[in-house]
Amino acid sequence: MKVLVPVKEVATVEDEFEIDGTTIDERYLGADLNEWDDYAIEEAVQLEEDGVVDEVVTVTIGDEETEQTIRQALAKGADRAIRVWDDALEDVDLLDVGAKVAILEAVVEAEDPDLVLTGVQSGDDSFGATGVALAEAVGYQWGAVVNQLDLEAGDETASVHRELEGGIEELTDIDLPAVFTIQTGINEPRYASLRGIRMAQRKDLDHQTLADLGVEADAVAGDLRLTAMNEPESESDTTVFEGGADETATQLADLLREKGVAQ
Amino acid sequence: MSADVLAVAEHRQGDLRDVSREVVTAGAELAGETGGDLHVAVVGGDVETFADALNLEGVDTVHTVAYGEEFNHDVYTQAITQLADALEPAYLVMPNSVNGLDYAPAVATRLDIPLVTDAVGLATEGDTLVGTREMYGGKVETTTEVDADKVAVTIRGAEWEPTEAAGEAVVEAFEADIDEDAIGSSVTGFEEVAGGDVDISEADLLVSIGRGIEEEENLDLIRELVEALDATLSSSRPIVDAGWLPANRQVGQSGKVVTPDVYIAIGISGAVQHVAGMKGSDTIVAINTDPNAPIMDIADYAIHDDLFDVVPALIEQFS
Ligand SMILES: Cc1cc2nc3c(=O)[nH]c(=O)nc-3n(C[C@H](O)[C@H](O)[C@H](O)COP(=O)(O)OP(=O)(O)OC[C@H]3O[C@@H](n4cnc5c(N)ncnc54)[C@H](O)[C@@H]3O)c2cc1C
Repeated sequence: MKVLVPVKEVATVEDEFEIDGTTIDERYLGADLNEWDDYAIEEAVQLEEDGVVDEVVTVTIGDEETEQTIRQALAKGADRAIRVWDDALEDVDLLDVGAKVAILEAVVEAEDPDLVLTGVQSGDDSFGATGVALAEAVGYQWGAVVNQLDLEAGDETASVHRELEGGIEELTDIDLPAVFTIQTGINEPRYASLRGIRMAQRKDLDHQTLADLGVEADAVAGDLRLTAMNEPESESDTTVFEGGADETATQLADLLREKGVAQ
Repeated sequence: MSADVLAVAEHRQGDLRDVSREVVTAGAELAGETGGDLHVAVVGGDVETFADALNLEGVDTVHTVAYGEEFNHDVYTQAITQLADALEPAYLVMPNSVNGLDYAPAVATRLDIPLVTDAVGLATEGDTLVGTREMYGGKVETTTEVDADKVAVTIRGAEWEPTEAAGEAVVEAFEADIDEDAIGSSVTGFEEVAGGDVDISEADLLVSIGRGIEEEENLDLIRELVEALDATLSSSRPIVDAGWLPANRQVGQSGKVVTPDVYIAIGISGAVQHVAGMKGSDTIVAINTDPNAPIMDIADYAIHDDLFDVVPALIEQFS
């Protein structure tokens, strides 16, 4: 059984930042492996360790700089990686769900995995839709917000728990091939070991262009346009306690006594 | 050009969920702008009873699809796509709930229309849909425009007021042609998690800790504070995911809803799924180094400082 794990490098933002048009000024941005994808990788690698899966392949849409993040996934145990990048993607402001699916669909068709594990959402644009949209596009079954996956070698159906609101889980049987969007807490993602990091350097990282995948450049232009970005206006009148820690703690202590919740 | 709106209701275990009345509000606002009709769909369960409850102000027609009891994404995807094909709405409004995430993207893909998820605001400018969304965990708000004849959107819970007033809708049964061979998933049951000894929803004073604590050992400091204040300890999700606290301590969308007199959020950013569980607290205090953290938008009192400085000083105040 082969598992494909779409892995995204997400932008992280410093506490203080400035907005420049429809982006955050680059000086305030960092990059990290998407939190939810980390759990998806771990789930795939555990399935391989349990002998259910033979190969774990990752796919990332991103420029050369994302290779750092891809190596992280390889160091955690993925077998090989595909990176899709193209000049046509350079100018896209917002890669929307349709655009991501156009690319990932071509990769699924080329790789023909039995299982695709994505994160529930990405920490930066948080569409939360790519996995399910991809499943529909490639004609796979799917399950969103999966926090338990039970699958044995040779199974044609996976049993999953989907985490609903309010502490309720739904138990569902889902036919393979399928796409599952993985929720945090499903497992405990490992840190990459030094040995893993060394081995990752030798693993295959295959760069593909849109042409390689047979995807038309205009398919990734997307329908959504980001036209403005601003800092949200605060809805409440927050009283900010000023001063050093001793002063702010005193003010908070007074408040708690005043509210009658502490002595 | 038809500029109708189709909104999709949600129910679970026999109850219509709050977001159903919220999609009606969002849908009615859009229909008000376009001058079109508002259609509401309800799929599965006791559709007659649900249709009564969905006969709300602004709704023109409630379409019932009597198929199955509980949510099944294959049934929903087929039913909603067929209804959208029949009605040709310009806008399809669905909840950005866990189940919404499990069918809305499939519906948009099957209909081959763009999808805007987790909208916190919606408006139209001519033929353009203007959606407001958040990025980077709520640190920025963005305006997203879509120029397309038809657009699917999912709306964030609790952003639109639920419509309560009764309406004069027509109820119509929609005969969806459900292809049973295409159903590849079956719900076998439900399970409740997060039981246990402590009920954080009963507490008057909650000290809630988030990822700002960094290491499990540092929880000792928070426990000391909890003891000094005679408070109850709760947390954001990453603390539970890491196994540092049991699931019954998690506040949020997938955890517990809490309404204490005072909620002290320490090193918690205030992601929407967390806020969903604690925004009903009487007084919210945030201790966070980041003055721009989204939790500041709902905090009544804030300390913009390092928890490792403030918490010891606070313990000092009570010992
Ligand atoms: C379907 C779904 C359901 C979810 N359900 C829930 C849920 O029920 N509950 C929940 O909480 N989350 C839930 N989440 C996760 C949610 O999106 C966030 O990831 C999570 O709430 C973030 O937790 P946090 O605020 O502790 O961590 P972070 O977002 O990492 O925030 C840590 C904060 O600590 C601050 N900080 C760091 N160091 C210090 C210091 N020394 N002193 C003071 N402050 C410091 C930082 O500035 C930051 O604001 C859900 C997500 C999804 C997709």
